[in-house]
Amino acid sequence: MPSTEKNNANRGVAITGMGIISAIGNTLEDNRLSLLSSQSGIGDVTQIKTKQASQIKVGEVKLTNDELIDQLNLLKDNNFTRTALLGLVAAKEAVKNSGISMDDSVETGFISATSVGGMDKTEIHLKEFPSKKETQKYISSHHAGDSTQKIADALGINGFVTTISTACSSAANAIMLGARMITSGQLDRVIVGGSDALSKFTINGFKTLMILSDEVCAPFDADRKGLNLGEAAAYLVLESDEMTKNKNVLAYLTGYGNANDAFHQTASSETGEGAFLAMQKALQVADLKSSDINYVNAHGTATPNNDLSESVALTRIFGEPMSDFSSTKSFTGHTLAAAGAIEAVFAVMSLQEQIVWPNLNFKSKIEETGLKPTTTLKNKHIQNVLSNSFGFGGNCSTLIFSKR
Amino acid sequence: MTSCYIHSAVSISAQKSFEVEQLELVEISGEKVEALAPNYKDFISPMALRRMATGVKMGVAAASKALQNANINEPNAILTGTGMGCIEDTEKFLNSIIANDEAFLTPTSFIQSTHNTVGAQIALGLQSKAYNNTYVHGALSFESALLDGLLMVQNEETNNVLVGGIDELGTEFVDNVRMMEDQNPNGIKVPIGEGASFFVLSSEKKHNGVELLGIKTFSKLSIHSLQDALIAFLSHHHLKPDSIDVLILGNNGDSFDDYYEEVSKAFPQETTNLSYKQFCGEFYTASAFGLFLGFEILKSQQIPEGLLQYKAQKTSLKTILLYNQFKGRDHSFILLRQC
Repeated sequence: MPSTEKNNANRGVAITGMGIISAIGNTLEDNRLSLLSSQSGIGDVTQIKTKQASQIKVGEVKLTNDELIDQLNLLKDNNFTRTALLGLVAAKEAVKNSGISMDDSVETGFISATSVGGMDKTEIHLKEFPSKKETQKYISSHHAGDSTQKIADALGINGFVTTISTACSSAANAIMLGARMITSGQLDRVIVGGSDALSKFTINGFKTLMILSDEVCAPFDADRKGLNLGEAAAYLVLESDEMTKNKNVLAYLTGYGNANDAFHQTASSETGEGAFLAMQKALQVADLKSSDINYVNAHGTATPNNDLSESVALTRIFGEPMSDFSSTKSFTGHTLAAAGAIEAVFAVMSLQEQIVWPNLNFKSKIEETGLKPTTTLKNKHIQNVLSNSFGFGGNCSTLIFSKR
Repeated sequence: MTSCYIHSAVSISAQKSFEVEQLELVEISGEKVEALAPNYKDFISPMALRRMATGVKMGVAAASKALQNANINEPNAILTGTGMGCIEDTEKFLNSIIANDEAFLTPTSFIQSTHNTVGAQIALGLQSKAYNNTYVHGALSFESALLDGLLMVQNEETNNVLVGGIDELGTEFVDNVRMMEDQNPNGIKVPIGEGASFFVLSSEKKHNGVELLGIKTFSKLSIHSLQDALIAFLSHHHLKPDSIDVLILGNNGDSFDDYYEEVSKAFPQETTNLSYKQFCGEFYTASAFGLFLGFEILKSQQIPEGLLQYKAQKTSLKTILLYNQFKGRDHSFILLRQC
């Protein structure tokens, strides 16, 4: 890498704004308060009609589509899917939070992540599309890029816009691409993150894999029963150094790494090789040692397979003593393609508050690795937070957030 | 900044584009047209083949051959783009949810329904732990992957990158898409198609090779600002309209073909104008077939049989510009040069 770009990467990319909507709150401040009061948002299914409702717990956003449409002042006859609605709420908050304006001459990019796209509408209307005219507006909103286009249009972003879908690591990859667009000089400003709504499709999909828990999930617990699905959206505003001279910078994205486990389409390897490589690359890019990391926001889905594999990878990277770590999926559920963005916001909040977020519902250590997550709010000096996101297809990504 | 070259281009499409030495194109017709399947057994084990949907098969085979042609065993990055993703398995799983009212479901089609399945299967097959990413942004899905690959090579993050665009027809959703187009007198006139086109990008310059000079995408662009955006893109690469020998356009017969008309107005009469979707059909990653054609034209220094319709061919073909858009949005310019 040429020296100037290397320096850029080491200095990190500034985060100047954030927005989020999740099971633990409809705004940044609601999310922060829920974290600070250790209040989980996981509960029963209310927004979707599914036969699985009695057998699962989910992390739902506590607003109906109509309420979201009202809040966003959209026309009644819109074809926004729930993914687009959640995404627009969070993206608007991120823009407001950073104080940027799309009217200035700076080209702003937008990179979003989703796994379900418009599936929440497709699964309701698929059989009606040929005959019911009023449902046909949802044909063009099925594809994964649609929610991204709608959000970009609503924000007035016309230039570089794209969508990433690498299952549950999608948003981490969107954030990573945004950082690379800035360090390579392609853009001075880019809004990055992801949105995924709950759907019958994903609920039933995960159900067939037998990795859904009927209780509130317990990441890294020896007796963990599986994950709770969640829905959420979150975005970060990334800006180059030139743009941030007189600005409040929330934190810096200093490291990122992407590797493939190349083991199995859905399962993680015993050695956690992909996770290990992603964390190793991110530390290299950030020019940090593992001992410089003060808090790890783990992927920690609470499935038997992920938590063991990730524990092994964490042990390989950190050795003894292990860094403070926790999975905030015990608050939000696993928000799939959005998870990397949700947890990026939580990582920045951890740097702001100088608090390690607790891993709820943990009782006993996994025998093989003996790792114990941080289970209560813990005040400490936090300079660097490492955040993991892993997905189907072996896609593993790690981000590192730092205070300068 | 390091230059980026295309070392190989392989396409599975409705044309005999996969094997042949000399490309001959034949216009396709109908509502939707399948890609011509190569002999997949040459690339994929029979066990794996049985499970794979069309898009995965096309993607893995095209990727394998692109790597072979570039003499690369394992790329430093695997980047895919797909507009509709694994729609076959998505429909299969969705239909079993609907038919059985959320009961008696098996995981296979769900597992294979995620958009990153092709990228994941390529990585699994190669046992590649390298950077792996999947772009799913409508008609900019492939372009986004290509831009990521170009950045990686230009910024010396890596020496070679595998980039591809894949879309499969599926069996049900596509009929709804076709229905909407046919209801509209200004809708898409070419068949809906499918295919997989893969490329190996490299920092290594080869004699008579093809350089990927640049790519620029726009989510939205008005027809009035199109020429300005084009001229700015060319100027950024120190080019003017008269330095472009061949213009490859994504016309599909709908009312948004005006955009292609507008772009071609910026070029002198003697610039060769080509369009290709009457040969591969329209789909979100059809533009990857367009790039395959561009690569072939620069390599062979001739326009494939059947493609040249209106204008005479220049004697030397050095620089090609590709322009594509979908429904008046998701515009992309790609620049290729023979070196």
